[in-house]
Amino acid sequence: MLPFHLSAPRTPMARMLLELALVVLALLAIVGLAGCGAPVDAAEANAASGVPIRTPSSEVIGEEVAVLTTAPAVPAPITRTHATKVIVNLDVIEQTMRLADGVEYNMWTFGGSVPGSFIRVREGDQVELRLKNAANSTMPHNIDLHAVTGPGGGAKSSLTLPGGESVFTFAALNPGLYVYHCATSPVPMHMANGMYGMILVEPKAGLPKVDREYYVMQSEFYTTGAFGAKGLQTLDMQKGIDERPTYVVFNGSVGALTGEKALQAKVGERVRLFVGDAGPNLTSSFHVIGEIFDNVYQEGGTSATQHNVQTTLIPAGGSAIVEFGVEKAGDLILVDHSIFRAFNKGALGILHVSGPDDAKVFASIKGLGVGGE
Amino acid sequence: MNDAMRSFCAALLLTTIGTTLAPATALATVRAPLPAPRAAATTMSRVPEGWYRPLYSVAGARRVHVKAFALDRIPVTRGAFLQFVQAHPQWARGTVLRVFAQSRYLADWPSASSAGSAVDLERPVTGVSWFAAKAYCAAVGKRLPTLDEWELVAAASESRRDASGDGAYRRRLLALYAARKPGAPPSIANTPANAYGVRGMHGLVWEWTLDFNSIVVADDSRASGSGQDARDHHLFCASAAIGASDVTDFPAFARYAVRAGLTARSTISGVGFRCAADHPV
Repeated sequence: MLPFHLSAPRTPMARMLLELALVVLALLAIVGLAGCGAPVDAAEANAASGVPIRTPSSEVIGEEVAVLTTAPAVPAPITRTHATKVIVNLDVIEQTMRLADGVEYNMWTFGGSVPGSFIRVREGDQVELRLKNAANSTMPHNIDLHAVTGPGGGAKSSLTLPGGESVFTFAALNPGLYVYHCATSPVPMHMANGMYGMILVEPKAGLPKVDREYYVMQSEFYTTGAFGAKGLQTLDMQKGIDERPTYVVFNGSVGALTGEKALQAKVGERVRLFVGDAGPNLTSSFHVIGEIFDNVYQEGGTSATQHNVQTTLIPAGGSAIVEFGVEKAGDLILVDHSIFRAFNKGALGILHVSGPDDAKVFASIKGLGVGGE
Repeated sequence: MNDAMRSFCAALLLTTIGTTLAPATALATVRAPLPAPRAAATTMSRVPEGWYRPLYSVAGARRVHVKAFALDRIPVTRGAFLQFVQAHPQWARGTVLRVFAQSRYLADWPSASSAGSAVDLERPVTGVSWFAAKAYCAAVGKRLPTLDEWELVAAASESRRDASGDGAYRRRLLALYAARKPGAPPSIANTPANAYGVRGMHGLVWEWTLDFNSIVVADDSRASGSGQDARDHHLFCASAAIGASDVTDFPAFARYAVRAGLTARSTISGVGFRCAADHPV
């Protein structure tokens, strides 16, 4: 209702202009009302804004216990097409483990390994996380999963003393590749001692089929002794504060992905790496020497946002998914291309590609690399 | 309601139960006399009044005053606790009421009546609940130290009463915590005495305090104590740094995290205690 009286326009042109003005006024009024918080359909608003308000699955069918794997292994892709209740049994274990040849460290672990067990669930699943802290632990521990929408990512509900157990449940609302870690005070100490891992919330539609999936997580260790100093090493807090790591490693130790433990693939296969960066401090310039990433799901999101990438940046407390086909036999070398870390601190891994060689992809013509001369 | 609040409420409830039930159970038992403690001068250290800076404190109270008191020079040993349970069978493994102790009470002992070998008898007792620790101290005419009393003495190195700002000392503490072996705590004999003549505050076990989780701190004493915030603090993730007096004091963060996770019934293999008194007993 317009708040003023309109006398009849005298010419057709004037009438047209008036009608146009009325339409514009009406449109402005509608926009204004919506902006003032007039009730609108929530689903429509979700679709329109691109910022959805997510709701847990209305139908959760059945129950299963998650199969957890130790790096570099990844649980098999999920074939289910419905949401279910997934029970995740995660045990915190403190134990002395190898950091490098002749170097040991009292690691605090999720599941007995550094990085911790890989968890794979499906978008929409209702996850029940059961965190047990071994009776012979020296410290209380908890878990903050970045996949959790809730207080402290679960940490607030999971402070668990030695011998105790905490249980909480969450809806896997957002798909993606997420870091989890211990967040017990002092959190830098718990993370510097190895308490991190990853959880993949697989999108409902799944990920494109590949031939190999691997779990690689970069992290730092800050030891009292220098790189390579033998014996049992302990945390050097000051080095941590100064962000001067003694070790930068893939999968918890120097050499965890080399020699007999190198990752494997065959020529012609498609490889997907779930790569995490636990920090505690550094971001990773993740690069595979001798290969190009065909797809990068930046920061562990669900879209292949970039193609044909040489090096992708992975934030501390973040991840990336990289995919590539392997076309050439030989060793591909995983590094943090902040290269002193690779050369002097341990951030090296091998993906060994076996199979028939294709000289068209690459061949040495002349030089030291060529047999005979 | 968060975890800390839950444990606070549970502990408060249990404290109430404890104070009503404990006298009854004590009366029901013929009380055998404990062997006379050794001369007070050798078992307890006098701690003169002092000030210390708690990790968390109420706004404005950067330093906390602690009145003069006395503290056991060493944690209570298995041998001493064995004598206690023999004199007070209601605190023996198997007979202790479940409201006072979780199931792993004294679980490291070979049996309810044996605390192990001669070497084991000299180790700090662990796997005891707050209720049991409190009862033990009362039985020997003492009490549990308050959090402030404990932390005041814990700030001392071998040579200085206040080594709290000493980076080297702090690094040593962190190394001590990190080097703790799960399982049987090390022998007390090899731990050095600090400037108060007190031994093993850091190198052996976590220790109960009277107000470990602010469970018995009255409103009025909160104002001058540091207990208040322990139960409300978000002792997880980076938010633990908010309000802390010194964010580089990792050993203190670790101690507060342990306390935040305890309830009065907790029986943890790494948690023991020592007693205090207003005057040497």
